[in-house]
Amino acid sequence: MDILSLFVIVPIITVIALGFAKGLKQSRIVALAGMLVQLGMSINLIFAYLKERAVNDDIMIFVKDITWYEQFNIHYNIGVDAISVVMIVLTAVIVVAGIFISWMVDDLPKEFFISLIVLSTGVFGFFISLDLFTMFVFYEIAVIPMYLLIGIWGSGPRENSAMKLTLMLMGASAVLSVGIFGIYFNSNAGIDGGALTFNILEIAKANIPVAIQNLFFPFVFIGFAVLGALFPFHTWSPSGHASAPTAVSMLHAGVLMKLGGYGVFRVAMYLLPLGALNWSDFFLILASIGVVYGALGAIMQKDLKYINAYASVSHLGLVLFALLMYNKTAWNGAIIQSLSHGLLTAMFFALIGMVYGRTHTRNVSELGGLMKILPFIGAVYVITGLAYLGLPGFSGFIAEMNIFVGSFQHSDTFHRILTILAVSSIVVTAVYILRMVGKIMMGPLSNPEYANLPKATWFEKVGLIMLLIPVVIIGVLPFGLSEMIKDSIEPFLERLL
Amino acid sequence: MDFSYTILIPLIPLALFVILGIFSKKIPASISGWMGSLGLGVTFVLSYYTAYQYYLNGKVNGIYQTFVYKINWMNFTDKLHIDMGVLIDPISVMMLVVVSTISFMVHLYSRGYMKGDDGYTRFFAYLALFSFSMFGLVLATNLFQIYIFWELVGVSSFLLIGYYYTKPSAVSAAKKAFIVTRFADFGFLVGILIIGYYTGTWDFQELNAVDHETGSLVLNWASTSFMGLSVITWALILVFMGGAGKSAMLPFHIWLPDAMEGPTPVSALIHAATMVVAGVYLVARLFPMYYFVEDGFALQIVAYVGAISSLFAAIIALTQHDIKRVLAFSTMSQIGYMILALGVSKYEGHEGLGFMASMFHLFTHAMFKALLFLGAGSVIHAIHSNYLQDMGGLRKYMPITHITFLIAALSISGVPFFAGFFSKDEILAAAYENNMLIYISSVFVAGLTAFYMFRLYFGIFWGKEKKYEHTPHESPMSMTIPMIFLAFMSIAGGYIHFSKYVTADHMPFEAHLNYYLAAIASTVGIIGIILAYVFYKKENNLSERFSHAFGVFYKWTYNKFYFDEIYLFVTKKIIFGLVATPAAWFDKNVVDASMIGIGNVTESFSEKIKGMQSGKFQDYAMGFISGGVVIAIVVFYLWIN
Repeated sequence: MDILSLFVIVPIITVIALGFAKGLKQSRIVALAGMLVQLGMSINLIFAYLKERAVNDDIMIFVKDITWYEQFNIHYNIGVDAISVVMIVLTAVIVVAGIFISWMVDDLPKEFFISLIVLSTGVFGFFISLDLFTMFVFYEIAVIPMYLLIGIWGSGPRENSAMKLTLMLMGASAVLSVGIFGIYFNSNAGIDGGALTFNILEIAKANIPVAIQNLFFPFVFIGFAVLGALFPFHTWSPSGHASAPTAVSMLHAGVLMKLGGYGVFRVAMYLLPLGALNWSDFFLILASIGVVYGALGAIMQKDLKYINAYASVSHLGLVLFALLMYNKTAWNGAIIQSLSHGLLTAMFFALIGMVYGRTHTRNVSELGGLMKILPFIGAVYVITGLAYLGLPGFSGFIAEMNIFVGSFQHSDTFHRILTILAVSSIVVTAVYILRMVGKIMMGPLSNPEYANLPKATWFEKVGLIMLLIPVVIIGVLPFGLSEMIKDSIEPFLERLL
Repeated sequence: MDFSYTILIPLIPLALFVILGIFSKKIPASISGWMGSLGLGVTFVLSYYTAYQYYLNGKVNGIYQTFVYKINWMNFTDKLHIDMGVLIDPISVMMLVVVSTISFMVHLYSRGYMKGDDGYTRFFAYLALFSFSMFGLVLATNLFQIYIFWELVGVSSFLLIGYYYTKPSAVSAAKKAFIVTRFADFGFLVGILIIGYYTGTWDFQELNAVDHETGSLVLNWASTSFMGLSVITWALILVFMGGAGKSAMLPFHIWLPDAMEGPTPVSALIHAATMVVAGVYLVARLFPMYYFVEDGFALQIVAYVGAISSLFAAIIALTQHDIKRVLAFSTMSQIGYMILALGVSKYEGHEGLGFMASMFHLFTHAMFKALLFLGAGSVIHAIHSNYLQDMGGLRKYMPITHITFLIAALSISGVPFFAGFFSKDEILAAAYENNMLIYISSVFVAGLTAFYMFRLYFGIFWGKEKKYEHTPHESPMSMTIPMIFLAFMSIAGGYIHFSKYVTADHMPFEAHLNYYLAAIASTVGIIGIILAYVFYKKENNLSERFSHAFGVFYKWTYNKFYFDEIYLFVTKKIIFGLVATPAAWFDKNVVDASMIGIGNVTESFSEKIKGMQSGKFQDYAMGFISGGVVIAIVVFYLWIN
């Protein structure tokens, strides 16, 4: 069995095994075992990748191609570069952490873990796919369980939120599918006797006419970018997160939203480079607005999850912003920002879940002084906040500095002014993060009933520490990661210069 | 000469931080205090050894050499990268001595001061984090490294100001300090980006390289201009914005008085001696750039910001009642001195007097200001109040605190034979030679300084005894020994010939006391002391009568010229009220509503058409047939065309 397909097969086996599990205890053990195997494989994949990369110069390695549906030339075609590898590791880490955080889920545990793992299967499949159609199928596999997870295990106006989220994401899929078929039907342009294909590497060889590229680029871009919370298509995210159960928020904000940036990079910009160049200013303005607007939106929110959701709009706006700069350093920053934001936002949602589970409120004004009662959660909350606002020593700083320095290398003054605008978000971020941390963790205890809240349990600690470790590693020793990513960026960037 | 061992100086506190931070619950208080003090003791010894080695043997042909040891930490582009390493040159070695001395003394002192506090180990962990970051900052080899540690000292400051995190005032002070300096750092970062883009390097040695033949910078700074000034000038102004934020210069000073909410040893270490002078250090670090680019345009701004801040803060310090806040404004005023001294300095030889004076004053100020804070801490420790009204007649109870405080006060007031006298005199001499206006203002500030300092001194140690809860007593040895050491430095520090060691062009020169200027300055200082004596030595109503006479001016001064209110207005009313609230409203009622609107339209549309699925065969048949007819018509229409 090849090294990549296992990333889809192991979750499927886990889901089947979960079918036989009874009760919470068995379900979580099965789910954890399966996902730990997945995590082990993903860490192994890094080393396998580095070893293979040393002798293999292809854009994608570990490529495997199986014809799936001959008539339309659809293949199960997989392969990875450094960017997919790091995304796979990110997903594996967050899924395992999410299982730890959901250790005590009491309502339909089996079904909960099944949905969670099905979702992750879709994500893993998405990251290894090299075939547009297969990629799209995996994407849909990831989106559908989300509806169930929010609708069944969520809180608050969950049906409404689940519906809004699903409809917007489905709408985006519809837009995306138009774009993908647009690419497919032009995939043999300029190649004599070439067959239509969904294979990304093959399509890249075609000369798709500029007019076609201009036409379909916005479809593909928006289709993916809705998932990355591009302004003004971000409103599904706050309410969706607010209603989602903790592990789902973690997975959703941590991983699923990264599919957006990844897709933009892998599909939209790679396959439609001329369209990307022509549309870049327009989308760059939207992304810049998102960066500042999300941060300002976060200042005014009262619900912890809303704060984090708007913060994500700002931070993921930065990913799209960097991608649209067409610069190696900025792209490197965008990838690291995806990782960093994934880990940090997952930590935030986990922490918010812990606070909410104990106090039954997420309203900032009702919380206060929890540090004294919950020292571990409080300390990690502060650390996460500091990492989130881009403190050196944590991954966020590395990501942001790459983005800012890279973007500022743009020879066009307009781009540099937009960069300064984006840099200003670091101040606003500090405001809303410190406001939140200062209010809920520090200060006097807001409610005497909170004095007896239970301390963090072992599985909560494990979940948080698992997420914190890579944040610190990236922050302290960025050299290896950033060099590894840069190598893989090169072939993609070349098409845009 | 090999100075590579200096890398240990930041690494020891880092190790301490990691150990104390991770095991803060497990390590008993008695051990953590010793661990911290011991670790910083080692850095103290290493720093003095480095200074001894460097200043004695660091010269080649009469020029102090620069030693750099670095590794590549991260690459941005082919040219731009971040190195991590240590840079040994006269000012960084001088700063090592300052930081390690104060940090070590504060560690020793805190063992007594923080005794019994339940966050004792956490406190020492934060102190270690701060020491690590500050060492990293002074040893930085390039602008980006300095920025990294700049942010880290900022966060240590945040953690230490908010150390008593259940106190709302401490939390808001910590947030304020972080956000205000973060705003200034935004300018700093943009400045760094501009320098990176236009020069292609952040390395201090490359940026500062001076071509001695032409007497100008090697760097080509004149290539691009923006609004009539070179972009590099803009970058330097923005970099100085960051420096002004950290050094609490106008208009970013508002966080410093509030920062006094932190424990007093922290105020001594961070908010008096080390972190707040980072802005001075930053300008000194880039001094050749500031001086040569556009004939020192940016440096002019530096000079005026320093001079105005110095005067402004000294005036406010006259009227404050919280002794720590008086000291905070005094710090701001003295840093203003250092900044203005840099601003009026030139580069070469004796012309670079201002640079040397600034560094000299940085050194002596660190000693006596840290001592003043430690003395204030000792008083606060004894009577549990920060307010001057609650103090008086303490000299009998606290003889060591009294004498050391007096030495520090004499030193800062510029009384002859104390350290502050020598360094302040050099600053005034530099100002006198270059800018009369700044000189006059500085002399006036010297008088104000002596007055407010002795207002404190007489108010605390003389005057009428207040009713104390329990009889005040002298602080334990752990606290008095550091004070005695710093008192020694507050005198002896002045006799170091700085011009032989720390100069802008790394070449020693001879500086002589200008007796004429020294006489003026000390006379003004002594007048200030006499006035304070008249006003505050014995209980009388002179000060009330004066404050009454000045009326509005007094009120403005007491309220710090309403800067806090202006900031509050800007943030609360304008940013929150006019930007963020409308943005949130727009998001809810326009962006989201339109998305929901699309959803609703879809829903109501499907509501309308759901009647079609009636389940009646006739309806379907009807639909099928009519659809077929329509298609037939369309096909037919297309066909005949």
